[in-house]
Amino acid sequence: MDTEKVAEMYRKMLEIRLFEEKVFELYGQNLVPGTIHLYAGEEAVAVGVCSNLRKDDYIVSTHRGHGHCIAKGANLDKTMAEILGRRTGYCGGKGGSMHIADFSIGVLGATAVVGAGIPIATGAGLSIKLRGTDQVAVCFFGDGASNQGTFHEGINLAAIWKLPVIFVCENNLYAMGTRQTQVMLTKNVAERACAYGIPGVTIDGNDVLAVFQATKEAVLRARRGEGPTLVECKTYRHKGHSRFDPATYRPKEEVEEWLSKDPITRLKRQLLQEGTISNAVLAEMEKEVTESVEAAAQFAKKSSFPLPGTALEGVYV
Amino acid sequence: MREITYRDALREALIEEMQRDKTVFLLGEDIGLYWEGAFKVTKELAKRFGVERVRDTPISESAIVGAAVGAAITGMRPVAEIMFGDLVTLAMDQIVNQAAKIHYMFGGQANVPLVIRTPFGGGVNIAAHHSQSLEAWFMHTPGLYVATPSTPYDAKGLLKTAIRNDNPVVFCEHKLLYPIKGLIPEEEFTIPFGSADIKREGADVTIVATMFMVHEALKAAETLEKDNLSVEVVDPRTLIPLDKEAIVSSVKKTGHLIVVTEDCKTAGVGAEIAAIVAEEAIDYLDAPIRRVAEPDTPIPFSPTLEKFVIPNEESIIKAVKEIV
Repeated sequence: MDTEKVAEMYRKMLEIRLFEEKVFELYGQNLVPGTIHLYAGEEAVAVGVCSNLRKDDYIVSTHRGHGHCIAKGANLDKTMAEILGRRTGYCGGKGGSMHIADFSIGVLGATAVVGAGIPIATGAGLSIKLRGTDQVAVCFFGDGASNQGTFHEGINLAAIWKLPVIFVCENNLYAMGTRQTQVMLTKNVAERACAYGIPGVTIDGNDVLAVFQATKEAVLRARRGEGPTLVECKTYRHKGHSRFDPATYRPKEEVEEWLSKDPITRLKRQLLQEGTISNAVLAEMEKEVTESVEAAAQFAKKSSFPLPGTALEGVYV
Repeated sequence: MREITYRDALREALIEEMQRDKTVFLLGEDIGLYWEGAFKVTKELAKRFGVERVRDTPISESAIVGAAVGAAITGMRPVAEIMFGDLVTLAMDQIVNQAAKIHYMFGGQANVPLVIRTPFGGGVNIAAHHSQSLEAWFMHTPGLYVATPSTPYDAKGLLKTAIRNDNPVVFCEHKLLYPIKGLIPEEEFTIPFGSADIKREGADVTIVATMFMVHEALKAAETLEKDNLSVEVVDPRTLIPLDKEAIVSSVKKTGHLIVVTEDCKTAGVGAEIAAIVAEEAIDYLDAPIRRVAEPDTPIPFSPTLEKFVIPNEESIIKAVKEIV
């Protein structure tokens, strides 16, 4: 694979990781109102998928969505400002951490109702088909969402109409504190694809190159008009579900095992071993990313809050 | 002018807007080639515009509305049909949390030009799952417009406006209205939202009525005229936006208000209208406001039971006589 492309994927994953660490830090300083759902640990999914997408392709995101949006090209300053509730944020402070959107780059918004994005992505796929373009729509959702009725309705509709949608299940093994094994008998979410007559694949979601390859197939298939694919990426969140959830429901050994499979250190090790990239280049990259994340934090902190009265604006077009 | 049914008026609006704008398309259960709509509003449309633009869906209300939302935010103007108003419950998240909030929550980045057509109302003995009137739920959801046409003229003009509007619109139809006839102009027309229509002018009592109840109110007004009572019938035509001014100025003229709606009385459409008049024109009232509405029960099946709970000419006349 093209070294430059892999390096770019590494950089994006790092950007998401450092961004999330910064969000966590700012949260600790009481600068983030409400709650946060960090993406740290799952970076390979968003980056592996979005590295196959064009600017005019769509994604639909979730409450754990910072990573999806950054991977699709969202501006760090505006994302951080939105998370801090500032007027310079993507939604002028009306959305917050769970509702980042940037329609100019195809980020159709993060919905915080679990599973609600699935039919919306199907609709974006329908729009693509009716307009006759070769765009695709990607829907990110978790293992928890796969037990919602919208999963069945939305994927079935995309399947029967052969819509250009890639359904990406980020299976991080837990829906809040509920283990996947408590709530479904099949081992893999992707097994459900056969119920809709579409391909379903389960891949190592902490291997960005595997994610890239699997979604590449799915994206090509979608662009050819052959319909949707369900791609399940097994992954793990480093932190708890939200805020300061200590995630004590997860066995220590399990956490340690997954931390050892961290997608970023894994790719870094691989790149260094192969000699495709040098330590010096990686260090330089890390420095640049750290600076851009810090700049986003400064931008957000310096931005003012929206004027209270603007709460009344924009309910209708 | 020519006389057509409410059903055909809706159908004409769909045809004209689909001809005018290629991004307009229809989706819903059994609206296409084989059934042509449970109430035949989409008769022959699939034949005329093709199955790509008149799409039969699985029985998946949440996906119907959700897909319509996804299409609406990416450049299309979907008109989704929910076969019976009662079944909007199955799509409530998509309507209330998604369609209604996207424009606001994402800071105005996206519009949701979506119409959800659905028939409400009772009177045809199909019991509690096919007869409700749930308009008030959508009045309680910022971000939605709610249209409630009572005549063929209003149906056509409001549906054309709904399709052209950049906000999500819950377009409430009524089963008993589909066959009724009315005059519409030969030439193209639209009706702006938030503009009530005085269906009958009067001096003594204001009746604000919606949808099928407009016709019951007009019958009541006719009967009351024989008792020398002059009744004004105001049809808001859209509940959001609501033409408060038309309602308040009518009440200021007559000093009496009856609100007749087919939904449940508690926290219903009538409650909102009564509250507005109490806030803005209480000094003009010569008597208490009366709400004539469904008495907070599910809609029962047996004809004697159903007839008892749905407001009609007699219950309206009774209410009027209580306050004048």
